[in-house]
Amino acid sequence: MGERTIIPFGPQHPVLPEPIHLDLVLEDERVVEAIPSLGFIHRGLERLAEKKEYTEMAYVAERICGICSFIHGMGYCTAIEAMMKVEVPERAHYLRIIWGELSRIHSHLLWAGLLADSFGFENLFMQSWRLREQVLDIIEETSGGRVIFGSCKVGGTRRDIDDELMGRALAQLASLEAECHAITDTFAKDSTVRRRTAGIGVLSKDQAYLLGAVGPVLRASGVASDTRKLGYGLYDRLQFEPVVEKDGDSWARTMVRVREIYQSFDLIRQAAAQMKPGPVEAKVSGNPTGEYFARLEQPRGEVVYYLKGNGTKFLERFRVRTPTFANVPPLVAMLKNIDLADVPVIVLTIDPCISCTER
Amino acid sequence: MPFGKLANTALLGVFQAPATRVKPRPAFAATRGHIEFDIETCTFCTLCMRKCPPGAITVDRVARTFELDPLRCIVCNACVGVCNPKSLSMSSAIGEASTGRQVKRWHKPAPPAAAPKAE
Amino acid sequence: MIEEQPLEALEAQGLPARAAALKAEGWRLVQVCCTSQPDGRYELSYSFDKAGKFMSLRCYVPREGAAVPSITPSYLAAFAYENELQDLFGVKVSGLLVDYQGKFYRIKGKAPQAEPLSQPAKPAPAQPKEGN
Repeated sequence: MGERTIIPFGPQHPVLPEPIHLDLVLEDERVVEAIPSLGFIHRGLERLAEKKEYTEMAYVAERICGICSFIHGMGYCTAIEAMMKVEVPERAHYLRIIWGELSRIHSHLLWAGLLADSFGFENLFMQSWRLREQVLDIIEETSGGRVIFGSCKVGGTRRDIDDELMGRALAQLASLEAECHAITDTFAKDSTVRRRTAGIGVLSKDQAYLLGAVGPVLRASGVASDTRKLGYGLYDRLQFEPVVEKDGDSWARTMVRVREIYQSFDLIRQAAAQMKPGPVEAKVSGNPTGEYFARLEQPRGEVVYYLKGNGTKFLERFRVRTPTFANVPPLVAMLKNIDLADVPVIVLTIDPCISCTER
Repeated sequence: MPFGKLANTALLGVFQAPATRVKPRPAFAATRGHIEFDIETCTFCTLCMRKCPPGAITVDRVARTFELDPLRCIVCNACVGVCNPKSLSMSSAIGEASTGRQVKRWHKPAPPAAAPKAE
Repeated sequence: MIEEQPLEALEAQGLPARAAALKAEGWRLVQVCCTSQPDGRYELSYSFDKAGKFMSLRCYVPREGAAVPSITPSYLAAFAYENELQDLFGVKVSGLLVDYQGKFYRIKGKAPQAEPLSQPAKPAPAQPKEGN
């Protein structure tokens, strides 16, 4: 029985894109318990919804997080549209799908780079982010902003992508997909990546389901659950299957995200092929009443937007349950009985997006 | 033997073009850079002030001034959308850096009183 | 597409039993939300999902002295949500298996989200009002 020490992890740590604090209770070099502590980036955005008009709140919702920004805006608009029974035109749905999948590709490439950086593979980190720059260029050319797209509004989208631009973007994505294989083959086959991730941080299928894991963490443990299969926003017209791995360790979570990048390329092609000319916005008048839980699939998992309106232009409640918040209990379970050196890699494999978690 | 692969990579590194961008690329047409304002066409209707989400625009109808705080502006393009005389426009060049909060202010004096129109 | 989201109303005391029944049927906990109402009550929503079907439990507690029993004996994952209820809303959760005693969120004051900021629309008067 060794001595117990407590080592603080975070809020500043090279693997963390945003600050979270974990108190790690160690016995010799093994972690026996992890105590999370949030609040470093709590901006009270949920309260802001009660003071800002619901149309302007779409801009704030997008700025909850910089990595998953588009789907935050899209989820907010989806919830308001469901409450007010607004018919969003089909072309707007397809545009949202395209931008949402572009956002997913950029988020997964960002995460892949951070994972490589966490075990010192800096060259792979830089190559992943170099490819991500090409995705950001496409996003900027189609929507106007690299990270904050500013293109989703209640009733549809604020801008359209014309056919010529769409053709160019698809060609660029095709060449990018060919270049991505070099990166993803390294993640799949390199022995150094395997040494640091295979068999580390195992989460069994039952544990993942009962602890409320979502997204790639859940799918890497063998549960085929993808919120996009619910069919919101015309996803039911696209052909895809949830990407599932069986082992539940860090390597499985890596491979799920890597394969989802290619799935997103395919979804963008399908959506661009099915898109027909038409309007991109619907007229919205009146104020929201009632309540609705909008569930969407962010790059990190299932996100739930609960909105409650009371007939005025200010919402009564805006609640975002982000996927990283749901992945905190599985993280605490994964950090039991592991080596201290494996902690950064495991924390990174849940893809922590703390500014989403703490809004 | 890996030596052949090493030599291959070394030669490619010498002769291949750099993988990263060496010069800044020209800005895209759609990029939201910063807001440009033309005081001559402004009618002081204050719609932009009401629509601005962070409240970066202040319009005084009586004093006929228009103020824009570039640091508050989130370049969302909402004001450009509602401006009827099209005085506000979005430029694709990224806004210039500044060392402090500098609110940009414009003022248009009232036109000389016109002769009363026959009703 | 707007999905069906049935609400089931129950008393706060009935939460642990109902949660245990849902767990036995295989439902997954999705989220726990607390809304502060203008009439001085907290409206709690516990949402569950099973293979794409979604349902929520709804209960009300008064804002002063709000107390709910914990569902962590059935759903251990709820400890994150219930610690958030304690920190941001000042709800006392009894029987919480993993209790961070108010230190889960590092915030300065107590229960910052307790008071609602937005007031409901007044009932429409007989003739339309001018302006806003």
